[in-house]
Amino acid sequence: MTLEAHDLTVRFGGVAALAGVSFTVAAGTVTSLIGPNGAGKTTAFNVITGFQRPTQGTVRHDGQPITGWRPHRIAARGLVRTFQKTSVFPGLSVRENVLTGLHLRGRVGVAAALLTRGRVRAEERRLEAEAERVIDFVGLGSRRAEAASGLSYGDQRLLELAVALAAQPRLLMLDEPASGMSASEKVTVAALIGRIREQGITVFLVEHDMRLVMGISDRVLVLNYGRLIADGDPASVQRDPEVVRAYLGSGAHAHA
Amino acid sequence: MSRLALWLGLAVAATAPAWVWNPYHLHTLIMAGIFAVLALSLNLLLGYTGQLSLGHAAFFGIGAYATGLLTVKLEWSAWIGLLAAIVLPGVAGYVIGRLALKLRGAYFVLLTISFAGCVSLVSVNWMDLTNGPLGLPGVPPLEIALLGLPALSLRSKTAFYYVVLVAVALSYLVCVALIRSRVGRALVALRENETLAASVGIDGTHYLVLAAVVSAAMAGFGGGLYAHYTRFVSPEVFLFTYTVTMVIMVVAGGKGTLAGPIVGAVLFTVLPEALRAATSWQWQMLLYGILLVGVLFFMPEGIVPALRGLGPAARRRWSPS
Repeated sequence: MTLEAHDLTVRFGGVAALAGVSFTVAAGTVTSLIGPNGAGKTTAFNVITGFQRPTQGTVRHDGQPITGWRPHRIAARGLVRTFQKTSVFPGLSVRENVLTGLHLRGRVGVAAALLTRGRVRAEERRLEAEAERVIDFVGLGSRRAEAASGLSYGDQRLLELAVALAAQPRLLMLDEPASGMSASEKVTVAALIGRIREQGITVFLVEHDMRLVMGISDRVLVLNYGRLIADGDPASVQRDPEVVRAYLGSGAHAHA
Repeated sequence: MSRLALWLGLAVAATAPAWVWNPYHLHTLIMAGIFAVLALSLNLLLGYTGQLSLGHAAFFGIGAYATGLLTVKLEWSAWIGLLAAIVLPGVAGYVIGRLALKLRGAYFVLLTISFAGCVSLVSVNWMDLTNGPLGLPGVPPLEIALLGLPALSLRSKTAFYYVVLVAVALSYLVCVALIRSRVGRALVALRENETLAASVGIDGTHYLVLAAVVSAAMAGFGGGLYAHYTRFVSPEVFLFTYTVTMVIMVVAGGKGTLAGPIVGAVLFTVLPEALRAATSWQWQMLLYGILLVGVLFFMPEGIVPALRGLGPAARRRWSPS
């Protein structure tokens, strides 16, 4: 069991963005979290990765409670996320972006940086080789020297993925990795997610594109108004009457 | 290209006392060196983490007072005083960094301004300790005493010039070592996107505190040098003008570049003196302002990035395409 969320609740005044949601994400799977806009998907991501405190509830990672930990500590445990709104280091090149993402794989601190040039050089060489590998993996090899801010939207999203992968996740959480992408770019992303999973990385994603979700997921969780309304394999979730109602409105159910 | 510029600059700097025969000109160069240390220090925060400290004169002043008080009142060795001028501001930098926990941008600026205001008031009003506005005269000069040999005083301008040159080189090397490592990338990540930085495991608070400590210690080092050079410390060291001058040097030279602060420091120390020699004081300030605006207008990234851009542009122009 990789990730366990128990009774997660987030209230903003009288509104409950999450109202007692419990679920697990099993190791080695691709699990998707779907739901209409405002269902609480991103809030769930924010709580799990420490960017938001839950009003109530706990998050455990491999049995360790991580509720309320600061984001960088959660990342250091191998829970790494991307963001719904494209988020890169805009002024840096693709290579520097990925090198920055490799932070956790380096060891050099201030004292070492100031006093042991040999160690720093060796580490830099190791990290640079690692960065090249990650850049090639996501297919940005021809763009490595370009500034992130100058990349096309699709390439920026790939760079985001590369930065997250550089942080050596055991559980990779992707917040709408394919939003705003062209059909062919979505195919690329779906293939990448498959290859990421083959490397033994558990993938947990929020996504609106149903074809993508149903094609790559082992398991689908459905949120609506802050509550979990379905949890199962893609086929059974698609047939679930409550899910159909949530997406199409109650009238659709009446005619179904 | 930039390596050539570095060696050329070093050669010019190392031989300066041989061809700068006017002591006042040498004094200007010494001040340029002290400001280079200060600008390098401010650049660590402003240029790399992206946080503007408008209270940087406080660290400069604490450094000057640390060594001033220890050497004048307790008669400690000037070198220990200089060490204290690094350590004490470093501690102050730690406190500011911790207080800044989640303060960024305008809030960080306000915090640093308030801190500088407090320290400045202490220096004026704690008469028993600091002599208030009268200041501390008689700060001893630096001396090198090798075993068995008579002490060699570094009181002459030429000797002190080399002390400052070594100080600039050391500060520069500290910046280079930090920036060209994982630590430097973490600092830049704070500037570029702190949220993303946290999500890949970079502890923003840790690295901001670290930058504040190193930056404050370096500014204090500059203050210590200033105290032993002018041999006098007064509340004047906390003047806001010092901070503003540092900001101008960093921004005009090129913030977030290693050489920018040094170029800015030399230019904006020498320029006012050159203008002073050339014209009356009213015109001096006016021309200074116009030149500054001109630099920022034509080179918004600063002088060093603009010069760096010239290389590829020239190559493009001359290459047959």
